[in-house]
Parts: sequence; structure tokens; C-alpha cells
Amino acid sequence: MKDFVSERAKTIPPSGIRKFFDLALTMEEVISLGVGEPDFSTPWNICEASIYSIEQGGTSYTSNRGLQPLREALSKYLNAHYGLSYDADREMIITSGVSEGLDIAVRAIVNPGEEVLIADPCYVSYSPCVMLAGGIPVPVPCVEKDQFRLNPDRLMENITGKSKALIINFPNNPTGAVMRHDHLKAIADIVTDHDLVLISDEVYSELTYDGTHTAVATVGDLMERTITLNGFSKAYAMTGWRIGYLCAPETICDAALKIHQYVMLCAPVMGQVAALEGIRKGENEKDRMVREYRVRRNVFVNSLNKIGLSCHLPEGAFYAFPSVERTGMSDLEFAERLLKEEHVAVVPGSVFGNGGKNHLRCAYAVSREKLKEAARRMEQFISRNT
Amino acid sequence: MNMDEKDLLLLQLLEDNSRLSRDEMALMVELEPEEIKNRIAALEEKGIIRNYTAIIDWEKAVNGEVAAIIELKVNPERDYGYDRIAERISRFRQVKSLRLITGAYDFQLLVTGKNMHEIARFVSEYIAPMDRIQETATHIIMKTYKEYGHSFSDKESQERIPYSL
Repeated sequence: MKDFVSERAKTIPPSGIRKFFDLALTMEEVISLGVGEPDFSTPWNICEASIYSIEQGGTSYTSNRGLQPLREALSKYLNAHYGLSYDADREMIITSGVSEGLDIAVRAIVNPGEEVLIADPCYVSYSPCVMLAGGIPVPVPCVEKDQFRLNPDRLMENITGKSKALIINFPNNPTGAVMRHDHLKAIADIVTDHDLVLISDEVYSELTYDGTHTAVATVGDLMERTITLNGFSKAYAMTGWRIGYLCAPETICDAALKIHQYVMLCAPVMGQVAALEGIRKGENEKDRMVREYRVRRNVFVNSLNKIGLSCHLPEGAFYAFPSVERTGMSDLEFAERLLKEEHVAVVPGSVFGNGGKNHLRCAYAVSREKLKEAARRMEQFISRNT
Repeated sequence: MNMDEKDLLLLQLLEDNSRLSRDEMALMVELEPEEIKNRIAALEEKGIIRNYTAIIDWEKAVNGEVAAIIELKVNPERDYGYDRIAERISRFRQVKSLRLITGAYDFQLLVTGKNMHEIARFVSEYIAPMDRIQETATHIIMKTYKEYGHSFSDKESQERIPYSL
């Protein structure tokens, strides 16, 4: 029999946490800080809107771009909250989560052999998406010394004649780092000077705890070369609904729309209806959840530092990213033994790229009681092993 | 008193769990413990924080009680409106809450007792005969699903997968 698997599929690395996942499933009383999603259920008014719509027979395709009222509402929202001006009919596509948005963004702009710079550590899909498009991912390390922000000098060092685009994600998964307007300005100048496209995954934008989020496309002249990706999963606790959106200048958006139309047709209508309710009437519930994350962050990061896992204060998202350097263990060893010995699941930082080495991603999107218990178990683990 | 966002957050935290320590609250609200102490004292002083209690599922407690919602139609008094009669009704230990409401009835009471007969007797002997009460309606509570924002369901929320990136 021939080898049926394509060479391209073979180049994609397997999941870095499969082993952990299987191990955790065999255990009881596991406290998981390994989940990159809110522990809240979707606010009930959002669910109701979708249920009602299904009852009314709203189960068909939508236009490729997505429901017009949703795009219209998003366009207004982005303008009012972030000062972005995207045309609902020409510069926006509703996608099946940011995951799809990222994929079609990359495929819309990358030619085989072109390099795509990626701020590292980062969400696990960026590199594979670039590779699937025939591009070459080039990680740019973001280090703790810079509070895990993208350092302009590191970016410069990695630019070559083949560089096509830069992917960033702030507030960041896994580090919780945030880049303010001043930090972004320096990056914007480099991106513009080298004529790069900037893909900005801003899915954690609403989870910015001190001050407000700076939408990357509003910085300098970036609007004309930026693809803004965002979605409902994190801020509205809507991970399973799979609704995101891509905003970009018309030429890029048209190209992405062609790909979207052939691979996805449209995002699920039930999710789009739910998202519309969220954007129209979800503000209070969203704010309530954000307030709660902030409370949890304060308490949990404090506990981590107290038990000797030094951790910078994440300014956004819902991840703490402590260093395990002082324990003498690697992040992989620490995470595996912590799971086996104390039944606490965290994600080893190196899963998110080299920049994540010697760190753990601990999602604090779990209840305060569980966070307290997790910290207690981690303390027990450390005092036994160091 | 001028309430700011920190006060509101403090109240929400306390309403959810009034047993938080001062240090815990300080971390959560991003203030010094001393400031927490002062703010809570001020909120108590102003009568915004009325009390610290427990939410109890009486249906589960050993000597379970029953509860009923009683609605009353009342003739308001000249000069006093509803206040004096409300004052009298609220003095009964059995009356756990009392509200003036809009709609077909004027007062809504939550009354508890050892069993349905005790509640029925209480209403017919003490409340219904009062001078200004025109009409009563008694609704026995069959099951409580949610109280003050806390669900009484023991059902675990849907299991999440242990890892997602």
C-alpha cells in the first residue's frame, strides 16, 4: 500500500500535550488549570436568543460573510470601543472562531517559501497554519525581561528579504502580556518600513485589566496592512459556538473571503445569532466576568509568588505564566510530576514555543475555591521536591 | 456616601461570600487591608451592609422547615400609608421577608414554619384577621432552585476537558 499521508501533513508537529491529556483522563479529582477557556457558561440571554431562533426555524446557511446585522453591530462596536473603522460589507468576515480566521488570513497572503514572523511563545496553531500555507514560520522570542512583550530589536534581527508577515497576539496566550500603544508604535514602524502584513489576534482584547486595549490597526499607519482577528469565545464565554471575525483592508478581505467560502461556506448560524445577542446586550455579563477574572488573577499570582514560582503580573487574558527555574525541574518534568503526584493539570510552557521554556501556563479561569486548592497542592509539591 | 467601583466590587464579593478574610479582600480589590477595614466599617455604618448570614437549604436540614409566599391586599392608612401595618407584620418571627409590591396584591411575605398546618394557622390566626387586611393568598413553596444568586442544584456543571490550548 502507498503512503497515503501528504508530505505537508507530515511536517506538522503532533500535539505537545497528548501525553498529559491521556494521563489526566485516567485520574480522579484533577484540578485543571490547563484549559484555555472560561469556566463560566455562556450568559443565558445569549443562549435564549439562539434557542428562540432555532425554534423559529433559523437553521439555514447565512451569506458567506455572515449575518449582516451582526457585521453591522460589530463594526459599530469596534468603532466605539477601539476606534477601529471597518466597513461591515467590505472589510469583515464572520469566521468559525479565530482559528479559522487565522488560517484564512495566512492563506490569503502567504506564498510558498515566504517567511512569517511569529511572536513566541504563542498559541499553538500559528506555526502549523503558516506551514500548511507553504510558508516558513520564524519565531521571534518574547522574554520575561521584557514582560513577554515583543521587543523591536528582536524583531529586526529576524527580518530577512523573504519576510512577508508578522503574527502577534496581545493580550497574549500563554503569557498574559499586553502591549500598550507606546510598545506597539515601535513595532508599527518596523512593520511599515519592511512592508510587512501584520496579523493581530486580539481574541483576549476585552480581558485587559489595567487601562484599555489598544487595537493594533489604530497604531501609526498600520490600518492598511493589518488583519485584525477577534471573536466571542473568551470575552463572552462562547468557546463552543465557534464565532470569530476577520477584519482587513478590502483586497485582503476579498482574498480571505474566497477561501472562507470554499472551506467553510459560513459560520454556524446558531452561533451568529448568539453572537449578535452578545454584542448587543452582553456588555454587563461580560464586564462581570472580566471583574471576576481580575480578582482571581490578583489572588492566584500572589499565591504563586508566595510558594516560590516567580510570576510577573499578567495584564491581560486569563493566564498566569510562572517560572519553574528555581525548582531545578524543566517545565515538562514539573507539569508531568505535578499532575501525577498532586493531580493538578498545568500546561508546560515549551508547548507554546521555545520562548515558553521553563514556564507553566496556568489558566485562572476556574473558580476561586479551585484556585486556592490548586495553589495548596502546588505548594505541597514544591516543598517536597526542592 | 460616594461609592466607587472598589466599593461595589467589595459588596459583590461579600454578597457572594461574607467569610473572606481582610487580606484576601485586599488582594482581590487591590487595596491595603487597612483600607478594606475602613471601607467595610463605612458600609456597615451607613446601613448598606445590613448583616452577615448564611444561605441555608432548609429542605436538606434535619428538621426541615416549610416556607410559603403570602400575598396580602391591604387598605393603606391615612397619613401612614403602608408603613405602620408593615411594621406590625414584620414583627412576627415567622415572617422572614416582607415587601411592598406592585400588582394585584400589596405585600409579599415569606413565611416559614414546621409544616403547612403551622403556616396556615399563622396566616388565619394572626395575619388575615388584622384590621386592614382585605385578602390573603398563600402559596406553599414546593422546591427552591435558587436563592440570592446561589443555585441549590447539586448537579455538577458539564465536565470540561482537562486541557485545551
